Amino acid sequence: MEKSFLQKYGIVLVLLLICAVLSFLSPVFLTAPNLINVIRQISINGILAIGMTLIIITGGIDLSVGSQVALTGAVVAGLLSSGTSIALAIIVGLAAGALIGFINGTIITKGGVPPFIVTLGMLTAARGITLIYTGGRPIYNLGSTFRFFGAGYVGGIPVPVIILGIILIISHFVAKHTVFGREVYAVGGNPEAAVYSGVNKNKRLVQVYTFMGFLSAITGIVLTSRLGSADPTAGTGFELDAIAAVVIGGTSMFGGEGAVTGTMIGALIIGVINNGLNLLNVSSYYQQVIKGVIVVGAVLMDGYARNKQKKPAKVS
Amino acid sequence: MGNDCLLAIAGISKRFSGVKALDNVSFEVEKGEVRALIGENGAGKSTLIKILSGIHTADSGTIFFDNTKVDLKTPRDAQDLGIATVHQELNLVPSLTVSENVYMGRLPHKSGVIDYKQLHAETERVFQKLGVKIEPTAVVRTLGVAKRQFVEIAKALSQGAKLVIMDEPTSSLSAGEAENLFSVIKTLQSSGITFIYISHKLEELFKIADSVTVLRDGEFVATRDITDCTMDNLVELMVGREITTLFPKVKVELGEPVLHVDNLNRVGEFENISFTLNQGEILGVSGLVGAGRTELARCLYGISKPDSGHIYVNGQECIIHKPLDAVNQGICLVPEDRKLQGLVLKMSVQHNVSLATLSRLKKLLGLIDSKKETDAVNGAVSKLQIKTPSIKQLVGNLSGGNQQKVVLAKEVLANPKVLILDEPTRGVDVGAKAEIHRLIGAFVQKGGAVLMISSELPEILGMSDRILVMSKGRIVQEFGADEATQEKILSCAL
Ligand SMILES: Nc1ncnc2c1ncn2[C@@H]1O[C@H](COP(=O)(O)OP(=O)(O)OP(=O)(O)O)[C@@H](O)[C@H]1O
Ligand SMILES: [Mg+2]
Repeated sequence: MEKSFLQKYGIVLVLLLICAVLSFLSPVFLTAPNLINVIRQISINGILAIGMTLIIITGGIDLSVGSQVALTGAVVAGLLSSGTSIALAIIVGLAAGALIGFINGTIITKGGVPPFIVTLGMLTAARGITLIYTGGRPIYNLGSTFRFFGAGYVGGIPVPVIILGIILIISHFVAKHTVFGREVYAVGGNPEAAVYSGVNKNKRLVQVYTFMGFLSAITGIVLTSRLGSADPTAGTGFELDAIAAVVIGGTSMFGGEGAVTGTMIGALIIGVINNGLNLLNVSSYYQQVIKGVIVVGAVLMDGYARNKQKKPAKVS
Repeated sequence: MGNDCLLAIAGISKRFSGVKALDNVSFEVEKGEVRALIGENGAGKSTLIKILSGIHTADSGTIFFDNTKVDLKTPRDAQDLGIATVHQELNLVPSLTVSENVYMGRLPHKSGVIDYKQLHAETERVFQKLGVKIEPTAVVRTLGVAKRQFVEIAKALSQGAKLVIMDEPTSSLSAGEAENLFSVIKTLQSSGITFIYISHKLEELFKIADSVTVLRDGEFVATRDITDCTMDNLVELMVGREITTLFPKVKVELGEPVLHVDNLNRVGEFENISFTLNQGEILGVSGLVGAGRTELARCLYGISKPDSGHIYVNGQECIIHKPLDAVNQGICLVPEDRKLQGLVLKMSVQHNVSLATLSRLKKLLGLIDSKKETDAVNGAVSKLQIKTPSIKQLVGNLSGGNQQKVVLAKEVLANPKVLILDEPTRGVDVGAKAEIHRLIGAFVQKGGAVLMISSELPEILGMSDRILVMSKGRIVQEFGADEATQEKILSCAL
C-alpha cells in the first residue's frame, strides 16, 4: 500500500514545527543568510548521513566514518603541503577513502565479522594511522585555491551545499531506480531471500561500504578545505550525528526500509536545532541536553503520527 | 445463543487501509466440535483468526466467549481466556530451543531461575502426546519446516486451552504426520476441547471436521454439517461459481537432457543421488518429510555444497557454490519456506516479483527499465491471479496463499531452464492450485524442465512424467507416470 501523507511526511511536519517555534523565538532565524548558513553547516553531516543511510538499509552500521574523514583529510593535506597538484591530491584522497570502505566491507563479508565490530576496529585503527601520519600535529599551508571546496561560492551558493545537492540527487536516484539500489533494499529486508533470488549479497555489501568510504573522503576534503588545515582529531563523533540523521529520517535500524530524502530532513532537523540554540545563546552544556531530548522527541512524534494513521500489525 | 455455544462472532468487520478483509461476519461455534473454516486465498480466514487471538482488533462487531462478551486487545488476553492459536506463518524464535519456544511466556521457574529439568520433561510429554519425535533441547533454527510446525502445535496444545485455533497446520506436513495430528485432535476433542481448523486440503475436512464455515471475499457464506457436503459443494461455496479443480496434464515431447546429476552425496543429508531431467519434463520427487528432498534441492541450487558427485547442465559439468551460480546456469528454486527464503516482506509485490529478473530489466548505467518492470510484474500478477490491491502493496500484507503465488511469479518470470519447486502449492486454494499447475504445464511446453518436490500425492501423480521416491536420503524407486499409484509410492517411501 502506498504510504499515507502522515506516514511519509510526518517528519517534515516535525521540521516545520521546530522552524516555526524558532522563528517565533528569534527574529534572525528566518532570514536568508541564516538559512543558507544552516544548510552549509549541515552539508558535512548530510554527505556522511547519505552513505550511512545505505549502510543502515543493508542492516549494517559504520562507526568509522569520523576517522575516515580525518585520515582522508590528512592524506590530501599532506600531499598538498608537499606540492602535489590539487587534482592528484583529491584523487588519491578519494581512493584512500574508498579503500578503507572496501576493507571494511571485505572483512564484514569474507570474514563474517559483524559490521559493528569491524567498523569499531576501523574507528580506532584509522584514527591511529592519522596520528602516525601527521605526527599528531595539524597540517597547514594548503594553498588558497584549495579553499574553494569548503569556503567558496558559486552563484551565491556555498560549494559544500552544491556538493551535497549533487550527491543527494545521485544517491536518491541510485537507491530508487537502479538494480544496485533495489538489491541493497532486498539484502537488508531479508538477506536469505535475496541470496535465494540470486542477488550477490557480498558484492552489494562491499559496494555500499566502499561508497561510504568515498563519501567520507569527500567530507574530509570539504572539511579540510574549509578549515584550511587537516587536524588529526577532526571528525570525532561525526558517526553519531550521521546515524542520528538517518534514524530521525525514518530509516529502520533493522534494515530494508528507508530513504536518503528522509535522512536529509533528519540532518536539517539536527542543523536547525544547533543553529537555533546558538542564536538563542543557550550555553553549550544545556545545548547537548536539549539536543538529545529533541532528537528522541522528533522520532517519538514521527512514530506517533504514523501510529495514529494505522496501527501496525503486531505479528505479520 | 444456546448453552452449548462456546464462541459467537457477531457482525465482525475489518479493513486494512482500503482493503476490506472482513465484512459483517457472524457465526457460532459449539462446545466440543471441530469447526473447519475455509475460503479462497485472501477470503479473510487468517484475519478472523488474528482477531480471535488478539493480534488485530476488529473495526466493529462483538465476540462472545463462553456466553460473555469479551474484549481481545492483546494475544495475552486471548490466552488468558483459553484461546490458543497456531498461526499460518510460524512465529518461533529460531535461536532458542524447542522447549523454550513451546513454553515461551510460561517458562517454569524457581524464583526467576528457569527450571530446565521440568521444562524439558514437560515438553517431552507434549511431543509424546503428539506422537512425534523432536528433541526438546534442539535449537529451532536447525529444524525443518514440518518439525517447526509441530513445535507451534505443541505450543498451542500445551496451554490447556478451551479453544484451539489452527491456521493451515498441515500445509507443511506429510500425509502420515497429518494423521498423527488428526488423532491428537480427536483425543483432545473427546476431552471437551473445541477446535477451529483452517485448511485448503479439503479432503482432510471429511476426516476431521464436524462442520464447516465458508468465507468468501470477507463475507460469511454458510455453515454446514460436513456430512451434508461433498467436495464439489465446498468448492462451489468457496468460489461462488463452478471451476475446474483439476488441471489435466499436457503431453509434451521430451527434448535433450538439461540437468544431469551423477552420484551426488552430502553426509547426513543424501547419498548416491543420480538422475537426468529432460527438456519438457516434470520430474516429481516424493517421500516423507526428512527424506532429504529439500536438502537435495538446496544443494542443486548452491545453498550447500555436495561432498562428492557431479552436476551437469546441458552436458557441461558445472560447479555450483552459491545460488548466483545456479541462476547463471539457468536454474531457479521456489524454496519451501516463503517467509524465510522466498520473500522480502518489507518490499512491495512489484519489487519481490522482479527481484530475480533485475539483470534483464537493466538499461544503461544499471538503471531499471521501470515500464518493462511494471509490465512484466503486472503480467505475472494477473496470470497467477494474485489478489492484491496494487503491485505497490507490501508483500507482508498479502494473505498466505497470495504470498506463495508471489514467490512462484518471481521464479517463473526469471524464465529459467530448470525450475526446482519445493512444495509449490503450499497454502494455495483449490482454484489457484489448478492455475499454478496450468502455469507449470505451460512452462514445460515452452521447453523448460521442472523438478517438483511435493508432499501432496495427487499433485505428484497428476503432474509428473516420472516420479522419484526418496527415503532416508536415497532414491529408492523410480516410477513412470502410468505405473505409479498412491499405494506404491507410500510403500516405497516408508
Ligand atoms: N496487515 C494487512 N494489511 C493490509 N491488508 C491485509 C493485511 N492482512 C491481510 N490483508 C488483506 O486482507 C485480506 C484477507 O487476508 P487473510 O490473510 O485473512 O486471507 P486468508 O483467507 O487467510 O487467505 P490464505 O488462504 O491465502 O491464507 C487479503 O486481501 C489481504 O491482502
Ligand atoms: Mg491465511
